[in-house]
Amino acid sequence: MKTTPNGLDSVIGLILPVLALILGLAVAAFIVISIGVLLIKLVDLVIRLVTGGKTRIAAAQHKFNLAAWVRNKKLGTTLMLVFLVGIWSIPTLGLIITSFRAKDEATASGWWEAILNPFGQNWSFGAYEHVLGLGDVTSNATGMGEALVNTLVVTIPATILPILIAANAAYAFTFLEFKGKELYFSILVGLMVIPLQAALVPILNAMKWLNKNMHIDLIGDFPAAWIVHSAFALPLAIYIFRNYMLTLPVALIEAARVDGASFYQIFWRMVMPMSVPALASFAIFQFLWVWNDYLIAFIFVGEQKPVMTYKINLLLGQYGDGWLNVTAASFMSLMVPLIVFFSLQRFFVRGLTAGAVK
Amino acid sequence: MWGDILYGLLAIVLGVAISYGLYWLLSKLVSLLPAKTQDKVRHWGFLLPAATLVLVILMYPLVQTIILSFFNASGKRFIGFDNYKELFTSADFLGILLNNFLWVAIVPFFTVAIGLVFASLTNRVGPSREKIFKSLIFMPMSISFISAATIWGLIYEYVPPGRPEIGIMNALVTASGNTPQPWLLIDDFRFNSFLLMIIVIWLQAGFSMVLLSSAIKAVPEETIEAAKIDGATSGQVFFRIILPQIKGTIMSVFVTVLILVMKIFDVVLAMTRGKYNTSVLAMEFYSRFFVDNDSGAASAVVTILLVLIAPLMWLQIRTVKQQETLR
Repeated sequence: MKTTPNGLDSVIGLILPVLALILGLAVAAFIVISIGVLLIKLVDLVIRLVTGGKTRIAAAQHKFNLAAWVRNKKLGTTLMLVFLVGIWSIPTLGLIITSFRAKDEATASGWWEAILNPFGQNWSFGAYEHVLGLGDVTSNATGMGEALVNTLVVTIPATILPILIAANAAYAFTFLEFKGKELYFSILVGLMVIPLQAALVPILNAMKWLNKNMHIDLIGDFPAAWIVHSAFALPLAIYIFRNYMLTLPVALIEAARVDGASFYQIFWRMVMPMSVPALASFAIFQFLWVWNDYLIAFIFVGEQKPVMTYKINLLLGQYGDGWLNVTAASFMSLMVPLIVFFSLQRFFVRGLTAGAVK
Repeated sequence: MWGDILYGLLAIVLGVAISYGLYWLLSKLVSLLPAKTQDKVRHWGFLLPAATLVLVILMYPLVQTIILSFFNASGKRFIGFDNYKELFTSADFLGILLNNFLWVAIVPFFTVAIGLVFASLTNRVGPSREKIFKSLIFMPMSISFISAATIWGLIYEYVPPGRPEIGIMNALVTASGNTPQPWLLIDDFRFNSFLLMIIVIWLQAGFSMVLLSSAIKAVPEETIEAAKIDGATSGQVFFRIILPQIKGTIMSVFVTVLILVMKIFDVVLAMTRGKYNTSVLAMEFYSRFFVDNDSGAASAVVTILLVLIAPLMWLQIRTVKQQETLR
């Protein structure tokens, strides 16, 4: 489809009102703050005048300077942040509010009108009932409950397996001396950057070959996704774990060696327990990565056992279906990452910063 | 459904048990060897499973992909550089390269810049408020590209004139007296690609903020105080004192987002399916392979992407090597 003739006009037509809105809000904020500061100064003056005469010493000691108080509390910066964070949160807010609206109202007015008039609205769980298959009608959107289960079944093993395998490898890279260590590690670091797509076609071909010649059917089921996710997580996981293991006390491990512990025992009894913080951070990173992944789930699990991202993408491709079902489905898939995010925020941040290079 | 849950649980238990057993077996095998050989092969007891997976699922397919890019659609007949010739002579593909270039030129820069603004603002308001603001800005980071496409699809939504607009953008436009526009279809100056880029900036700015914020906090207070005593304005302090000291973090955030953006795919797929001149390399791979069933051309597209990413691989390896020498 080609551009509508007045496309650019309208781009300007959009940018101008948005700019005006932002400018207007900024000016309004400025005026409010200035008036506030003036008022505060006035009150301050009055207080000083009132207390000034008689209790001069007390007034000097407890001089309550409201202007300074405002400055100390950083109200200006806070207001600016409230404004910016507001803009940042509007998109998510729109999704959440839309998903709880009644069907006819969601198409009849913008979601913001539901906020402006919350009691004149018909709030409804209809969309959730529909996507979960609790309603009377079913459609393509139904089956999000199963999709949630499928996503969990893909995600949890694909989080645990690479951690086990990578921790072992990282241990070798950290505490054992062997030929070619540097080279192997450099290769791993280089592989972190490789896009998934670079390996998909041959893997798919190999799985088809296995199916045809050995009757091992991997495609369309979970194990294929587990294997591929695990393999692709390894370079990053090994890198993170090794960085962490380098900070562990070597003396302790050497002492254990002297006491006759084998390398195998040292790994399971000492290094693994001591590496728990790194393992946890990576676990969260990997969990969210797999949970939010579309491509691997699409290729290796596909429609047989659809995961949530698969379903949502399908719904996004259907026009004329309205936004209700897809917003409800998206919010369902959002909830788990949000819970993980808000409950494990510290680990989450650490995991993401450690996994920065992926 | 219950079967699937059982299946998953079984996989977790069996997966852990089998891999534990495997490592136990490997270490037993190593311990059976004579002492001298043991020292030479011991590391394989820990490395073998990882090495196998990396070789079989990553490296071998990688080489195979490059080879496939010289074969025809079904991967049976060698056709030399024909796939590449076809790609580089097609206007569509050159447009795709342009899009990738725009993504790379715009998204990392703005992600860092916005992250920097958020970081320096949130660092000023005290710990409790800082925490609230930061979580809200960081929150999109946990959202999948596909869900983000739903979120922003709603914002860019277009309803033909006459009915009420339910997307914010068109609601603003109609409120100011203009006609609503199908934003994602407007490809003048790649306008629609910019709309997609906004989504990724929105998702990633929090990540950039968190890293830059801790870098700013690590800047020694004395350097800032000294500059202030010398009469530097707060702008000068920021640009001349703080910025040079957090250059390393800025670079690493920039490169991380750059790598992400080069491989960008899900957003484009979910928003436009790569239509209306919004396609990028990873998207093109998807449509060549799954829509056209052309494994040769798809592999060629990925190989081009690999060639473009190669310098970043080198950069990554070099940075890690530098860190090693610092230890």
